[in-house]
Amino acid sequence: MGTATELNPYTAQDYRADIHNDWCPGCGDFGILSAIQMALAKLQVAPHRAAVVSGIGCSGKTSHYMNTYAFHTLHGRVMPCVTALKLANHDLTVLGVGGDGDAYGIGAGHFVNGGRRNLDITYVVFNNDIYALTKGQASPTIAKGEKTKSMSEESIMESLNPIQLALACGYTFVARAYALDIKHLVEVVSQAIEHRGSSLIDVLQTCPTYNDLHSKSWYAGQVGGQPRLFKLDETGYDPIVHNPADLTEVTQKKAQALLKSQDSSGRIALGVYYKNEVPTYGDFLKEKITALADKPLVELDLYHRDITPNLRGLM
Amino acid sequence: MSENSPHSDFSWMIGGPQGSGINVSAETFAKALSRAGYYVFAQIEYHSNIKGKHSAYRLRISNQPVNSHVEAIHLLSALDEETLVGDLYHEFPAHPGHAHEIAPQGAILYDREHSKFAQWIERKDIQLWEIPYAELLEKALAESGKAGQARAYRIMNNSMVLGASVGALGFDFDPVGEAIRESFGSKAGKVAEMNVSAARYACEYAQENFSRKTAYRLPPAPPRREQILIRGTQAVGLGKLQAGCGIQTYYPISPATDESVYLEENQREHNLIVLQTEDEVSAIDAAVMAAHGGVRSSTSTSGPGFALMPEGLGFAAITEAPGPVVVIYQRGGPSTGLPTRWEQGDLTFALAAGQGDIPRIVMASGDAEECFYDSFDAFNYADRYQLPVILLVDKHLSSSYQTVPVFDTTKLKIDRGPVFDPSNNGHGEFFRHAFTPTGVSPRSIPGQPGGMFWTTSDEHDPRGHITESISNRMAMMEKRMGKVDLAGREIPNEKKFSLFGSGKTPVLALGWGSTKGAIVDAIRRLDPEGRTYSFLQIRMMRPFATEAIRALLEKAGKVVCFDGNYSEQLARLVRVETGFLPQHRVVKYDGRPFSEDEVAVALEHAVAGGAERIVISGGRVVGPEFPMAEFDRMVELRRKHEKMLPPMVPLPPGYNR
Repeated sequence: MGTATELNPYTAQDYRADIHNDWCPGCGDFGILSAIQMALAKLQVAPHRAAVVSGIGCSGKTSHYMNTYAFHTLHGRVMPCVTALKLANHDLTVLGVGGDGDAYGIGAGHFVNGGRRNLDITYVVFNNDIYALTKGQASPTIAKGEKTKSMSEESIMESLNPIQLALACGYTFVARAYALDIKHLVEVVSQAIEHRGSSLIDVLQTCPTYNDLHSKSWYAGQVGGQPRLFKLDETGYDPIVHNPADLTEVTQKKAQALLKSQDSSGRIALGVYYKNEVPTYGDFLKEKITALADKPLVELDLYHRDITPNLRGLM
Repeated sequence: MSENSPHSDFSWMIGGPQGSGINVSAETFAKALSRAGYYVFAQIEYHSNIKGKHSAYRLRISNQPVNSHVEAIHLLSALDEETLVGDLYHEFPAHPGHAHEIAPQGAILYDREHSKFAQWIERKDIQLWEIPYAELLEKALAESGKAGQARAYRIMNNSMVLGASVGALGFDFDPVGEAIRESFGSKAGKVAEMNVSAARYACEYAQENFSRKTAYRLPPAPPRREQILIRGTQAVGLGKLQAGCGIQTYYPISPATDESVYLEENQREHNLIVLQTEDEVSAIDAAVMAAHGGVRSSTSTSGPGFALMPEGLGFAAITEAPGPVVVIYQRGGPSTGLPTRWEQGDLTFALAAGQGDIPRIVMASGDAEECFYDSFDAFNYADRYQLPVILLVDKHLSSSYQTVPVFDTTKLKIDRGPVFDPSNNGHGEFFRHAFTPTGVSPRSIPGQPGGMFWTTSDEHDPRGHITESISNRMAMMEKRMGKVDLAGREIPNEKKFSLFGSGKTPVLALGWGSTKGAIVDAIRRLDPEGRTYSFLQIRMMRPFATEAIRALLEKAGKVVCFDGNYSEQLARLVRVETGFLPQHRVVKYDGRPFSEDEVAVALEHAVAGGAERIVISGGRVVGPEFPMAEFDRMVELRRKHEKMLPPMVPLPPGYNR
């Protein structure tokens, strides 16, 4: 994907904004940013046909580093923002990016209902267990009993499992990846973008400045003589619901994802946990508003409506 | 009581428990009257409740335009005993029924089953007309082969009560019967006919027994003309459709939801997406992003919902989104407050909501027609100045039906403001927040080649990247806030305020929002020649027409300001903007809208040298002792009578619990 050709005119470079990046040296976010750019190049999405919507925090700055339509929005509100942008123009490739506090804390209500809606969007969550830009407070994903060097006391709350939450909410593509395994991350992000429906990728991300517990070496370490991180697709795991009409299969696939997401060995599984292609919110909208089958909303002429029948009905 | 009654006006009320169908009856009657050529103003008071609590629907029927309700009732139709005597089953009764509102020689139509309660009514100057509804219903049911089932079909009482009113008034039954049929839609043929038949029996009974005794009659119908019977939620919805709104977002809340539901019903026909969100935070953010996405967008809510929106309002402002249009249906606050009752308590909040300096346009509609035209204009302002536009309406506007001329859409022009033109982009790079002479930067639409941009809720440079630069900060603040000034220069005064009367009268009434109707009607009644009173209606609160309004205020001998809130919010705004303090401030914070009579007594009180602050409730000027005295009086009323049973709403026949 390094060189542009006539058939594949876009390279990862085309998605890079010419602007200074102010993330800390060694930040896991660099890996995620590169992977998103490489995935867009891999799929040859024209930069002006893509929109990246970010929340607030370190991850929020991602949109500034993207050479696409780019919206740096509000803390926790990524999901409402991507929802409306996609509804306005369903031909756009819309990506939401934000932190774990953004998605699972302040934005939890939006995260839940965004999953239920199953609009064709991709949500990449930068999960580093802490609120980094405010100097490292505990986030919803930090485990009970853990204390990073940035925290004054250990966490006394249970951590939230994003995979399980996403399954319960109705996301139809649920994955976990690791910020420093860019090759794998590109693959997962590409699949998520290609998936028709709401996709969640929870990306384990290192914060070299504040999270000394879950560092690069911790992720690279071993559990019970086995590597801590392993790939689901190398274990014969099949995340796909082959017959969405078969509710038993749907439940079984969710159940296996749920079990894998909290491996009792302490190891962490990466890859696609669950994938079920069912009609999206957009598909149902097209049935209601048939003009959307031809054109996205933004291209419809809404400015010459005839309200005479409405007025007659009030006589 | 209206002085020109009974010659030009008739005031009818139907009361009963919620869920008993009084809304359908009142609106059916209103439709038939509108079609006959009458001017109608229909006002409902209801509880935040689905079934059982008291609701009262008032129709003012006239041969000249009417814009408000009046206190006096000429004919009251009661579905239940509570309508007669109040909710005396409560430890602290909320109301004493409606008998005290009947005009002298006016009448109450009530069910024979409630005759015991009718005897509790202490007035001797009104007529009590008893109807054996159960017997009449039995006759109608027998015709349909359902003899002996009157108990099961009590739900049809609402149609009978309407029929009886029509009979007592001497109005022609057939158009009402037709409207009853229509109210059932296409599917319920047999049920509709049973209702029409029952209503007809009640009508005939009332004609025979009461129509000759009536002291008040409907005025003769004026010549028929094309008019519509519409309420604020529909008018706002139609304004949005006409404006080309593409996405409406909402979270259910009284009394705003009816607008979004109306738009939902129009989604397929008019290619509109109505997005029901998980909360109002999401509703406004989605609306902001839809606007960025290139479609006109709006959201509608009430005070508690708007309380969740200031964050999104600031987001819209700093990212210079072309919108959204935010419609606030005010209700009684604070907090959950009075969910279904009237208040104009969110003016200050709408002007100030959000951290920092948020450029915004704030406007307020005074009636159904303004709801339509203002909603349309709001989208033009949003696009032209790229800022959020707030339209303040309220519970009274949202739920009151009124007859208005058919909206004229021929002069309405869409203005989408400055847009990016890729073919005319000299330097090749597009800056979404470019500094321009007007302060408004052309906007591109996501998906458009060459128009890619960044934007952020952080302070940013012209490209939309974060910067904390001093000079950029000042320039951007001036750019954003300057757009309000630009709007102030470009939007004509006729959109910012309306003057009724010459403006050279000794007294100038000042008001906003739905108090307009009551003020216009009260002045017409007190002063048909227009010698004493004029009325200045403020329609745009930001930008404010400071110079023109100050000149009008200073010219008036005495200014009487009307506010539907405790804290004199309009008076305060006027003082801040113009330095002028209205000599009299009339406030109403009892959760009920001003009637024509209330405005009239307030004006007369002010002219007669009343206090600076005049508090109004229940049709009169009240003193500080009023609330507690009234509260005690109601408790006393309950003690005086044997205990009532709470209301029971009959279930539809065959309904399986």
